[in-house]
Amino acid sequence: MNKWEEIKQQIVESPVWQSIFRHGYDDTPRNRVLMVSGNVWLHLHPSKVRRHGIRLKFTWCMGGITFLMFLITVVTGVYLMFYYRPVAEYAYADMKYLEFDMPFGMLMRNMHRWAAHAMVIAVWLHMFRVFMTGSYKPPREFNWVVGVILLVLTLLLSFTGYLLPWDQLSIWAVTVGSNMARATPLLGHEGPFAEFAGVNAVYDARALIFGGGEIGPHTLLRFYILHCIFFPLVTTLLLIVHFWRIRRDGLSGPAL
Amino acid sequence: MAESKQIKTMVDVGKAALQVSDGERVEKTLLRAKGPGDDKIHTWPHLVRAEFLCFLAVLAFMLVWSLLVDAPLEQPAAPTRTPNPSKAPWYFLGLQEILVFFDPWHAGVVLPSFIIVGLMVLPFIDINPKGNGYFCYADRKWEILTFFGGFHFLWIVLIVVGTFLRGPGWNWFWPWEVWDSHKVVAMSNVDLPYLFGFRDYTLSALFGLAVVGGYFVIGTALMYWLIVRAKGREFMERWGMARFGLASFLFLNMIAVVIKLVMRMGFNIKYIMVTPWINI
Repeated sequence: MNKWEEIKQQIVESPVWQSIFRHGYDDTPRNRVLMVSGNVWLHLHPSKVRRHGIRLKFTWCMGGITFLMFLITVVTGVYLMFYYRPVAEYAYADMKYLEFDMPFGMLMRNMHRWAAHAMVIAVWLHMFRVFMTGSYKPPREFNWVVGVILLVLTLLLSFTGYLLPWDQLSIWAVTVGSNMARATPLLGHEGPFAEFAGVNAVYDARALIFGGGEIGPHTLLRFYILHCIFFPLVTTLLLIVHFWRIRRDGLSGPAL
Repeated sequence: MAESKQIKTMVDVGKAALQVSDGERVEKTLLRAKGPGDDKIHTWPHLVRAEFLCFLAVLAFMLVWSLLVDAPLEQPAAPTRTPNPSKAPWYFLGLQEILVFFDPWHAGVVLPSFIIVGLMVLPFIDINPKGNGYFCYADRKWEILTFFGGFHFLWIVLIVVGTFLRGPGWNWFWPWEVWDSHKVVAMSNVDLPYLFGFRDYTLSALFGLAVVGGYFVIGTALMYWLIVRAKGREFMERWGMARFGLASFLFLNMIAVVIKLVMRMGFNIKYIMVTPWINI
């Protein structure tokens, strides 16, 4: 045994190392199961999966890619939050600072934006694949429902983030998108039967979204909080449920 | 020894599953599997490795894309300067496009709600046990055709139209045409009751109501008849009235978008039903 091997052995057998890593990389069936079940991140997987169910041809990898896009937006989003202030006077200027002054600012913003778009596309393709392989059928009905809620949350995350650059593109896209709410039957002031519910331009479904009668600084703050705190939290919670259900029900095929 | 033999059998079954190319043969493999473990392999290393490689490849792709293409940033927000056209984010442009055919309360609120609810109830409406865990068209023709119609045609195609073919005034512009904000388009749309000669408000409304109501009543009856003819009475009893009613209502609403699209684009018909409260 040479010196390096000796040092390596001393490290691996030290109480500190062994308190963190419970097992090595031995390629035994027992250890393969331990690798997954003994790791808090990997144990989101079942320890065994159906062979056909993990082929790229079967999964298209789209669920995983959707999750990866979510992770990218979380990491780049934290970086953007360091520099961005959700105040009408500063928001647009901060976009310029990000672009021209901050190290990697433009790269982080680009990655955040493109990952958000890619997440929307990936989640649609994921849903399409799950439909095509009939993976919403028993025992996975409820997980499909959770998935539909996650799809809506993906769109809401993207939509609330759309406003934050506070440029012409963002306020008008969000205005057009949110204007639908004022047409809500009963709850929107331009919707059918509005007069029966007593709603008006500053007190209806759209005003709830905007935080007032029209889009403005109050909307920016509201969308920022929804975008950075509320929707990511809810999405994370539902992702846990989504993954846990996959683990319980297996990766593919009817219940055994 | 016994353990390694078990692993070998597992690998053999796995290999058999790998060789199959079509859905039916995967299903047979699944049926042959006698319990947990037969068609199964270890997540570590097989799945984890694939996930890690995919993670690296996609991350590299995103990094290169972000280095090459900058995210857009236009002029500072100006609430008094409305751009023409004002477009929603691209993933909502299918819904914005439907605004051409329906009023906002329907296109922007009711239809999206139906889409979300329809997607959620899908697993409970579809009682076909086949096609679970493999790609197969033959076993579930109607489900797949409906999903294709809704997702690829009504959702994706309308997004493409809204994104690339709509210009100022939400008028239709081909990609090679210049966006002319003064384009003159004849406003020759009429309402269906008017087309049928009704000039009286009340009679028009009643006629429209009859057409819309008739569409749903006759549509539901027609669907009932078609399903019984195609699948048999026994299937309909197993399916149940609640599932059938929900499925046909959502399906008819989806088809109504296509009908309205054809009426509006082909025959310049604006509304089918006109009342003081809602127009359809």
